[in-house]
Amino acid sequence: MDLFIKEKIKKVKKGDQSAFEEVVTFYQNKVYQICFRMLGNAHEAEDIAQEAFVRAYTNIHSFDENRKFSTWLYRIATNLSIDRIRKKKPDYFLDAEVKGTEGLTMYSQISADQALPEEEVESLELQEYIHKEILSLPAKYRSVIVLRYIDELSLQEISDILDIPVGTVKTRIHRGREALRKKLRHV
Amino acid sequence: MKCSTEAVALMHKYLDDELTKDEEKTLRDHLHKCERCQKHFHELKRTIAMVQSTNQVQAPQGFAQNVMQNLPSEKKSYSYKRWFKSHPMLTAAAIFFILMFGSVFSMWNQDQHLSVSKQKDIIIQDNTVIVPEGKTVEGDLVVKNGNLRIDGKVNGDVVLINGDNLKASAGEVTGDLSQVNQVFDWIWYKMKTTVKDVFSMKEEK
Repeated sequence: MDLFIKEKIKKVKKGDQSAFEEVVTFYQNKVYQICFRMLGNAHEAEDIAQEAFVRAYTNIHSFDENRKFSTWLYRIATNLSIDRIRKKKPDYFLDAEVKGTEGLTMYSQISADQALPEEEVESLELQEYIHKEILSLPAKYRSVIVLRYIDELSLQEISDILDIPVGTVKTRIHRGREALRKKLRHV
Repeated sequence: MKCSTEAVALMHKYLDDELTKDEEKTLRDHLHKCERCQKHFHELKRTIAMVQSTNQVQAPQGFAQNVMQNLPSEKKSYSYKRWFKSHPMLTAAAIFFILMFGSVFSMWNQDQHLSVSKQKDIIIQDNTVIVPEGKTVEGDLVVKNGNLRIDGKVNGDVVLINGDNLKASAGEVTGDLSQVNQVFDWIWYKMKTTVKDVFSMKEEK
């Protein structure tokens, strides 16, 4: 798969725009996932994920082919997400109630496409809760927890993505884990 | 061992897969003795499991297409190149026609001097080809960039390219008499003769 992506990147560098579509298709879920867990809002996540790909495309010449493309791409996505968190007002989270619809959240709108059995609703509620707790972490802990446990990346990769030493990654993961433990231990 | 610091540090090292064998033993021994740390450790592992259990979210439909629409436009040259690559037959046909028409046009433009198919009994005067009275020309007669006067007889087709037929009535032509005066007529004529040649070559084989 790495080879496949490498070939595509080479083509994109030569100016073949259509080759980029396959790159997008390949990474879209991963990138969107990072943005969604960082921002907690489907609309914003889509926005930032889109921008991440556009930036990757326009800056493709600064990408060193000897390195992993995913690391470089995730780095763009996390940086954009962190920037957005800094700028945004904390007014509309997924779990915020939609106006005029009591108890209905954006989250339930997203997943309301089909009727769900009861246990799935329960697990969805739990997931919403976990998602919300991850979102309540400070951005610097949130990013490492998301990359480590949702995207399942190695400490080294996280260090490359965030451009911080592995030691700092470890410290942040430790603190993030402890913070989450306190939030989730009563569930 | 202090629960609050050392043991917890070991727990996190464990979760990062970085414990040595000795440290692992120390941690295990401690957890056996200390209920509080056991609980802490259990909570940490459960927290991670919970975080990992959150559903993998998927990018919305049409995400890739939207990205593609938002990209700055690519270099024109590349889109042509790609089109050629994806339509090799059309490209080959286009190149063939360009070359063919090109050569035909250049022949039309360059060939401004008089030329006649080689036959006996033909007289060339100034810019006029004459088939003299009482003589018979065997085979097809082709005259280019000149006029033709037939006083005698032509046993075959006559083709006049870029010229006038003078007094053909006086003579006799057994085949067709055709005049080509326009580039497109010329191209049409070229194509016809090329096709004819190809087929006659096949027949010869």
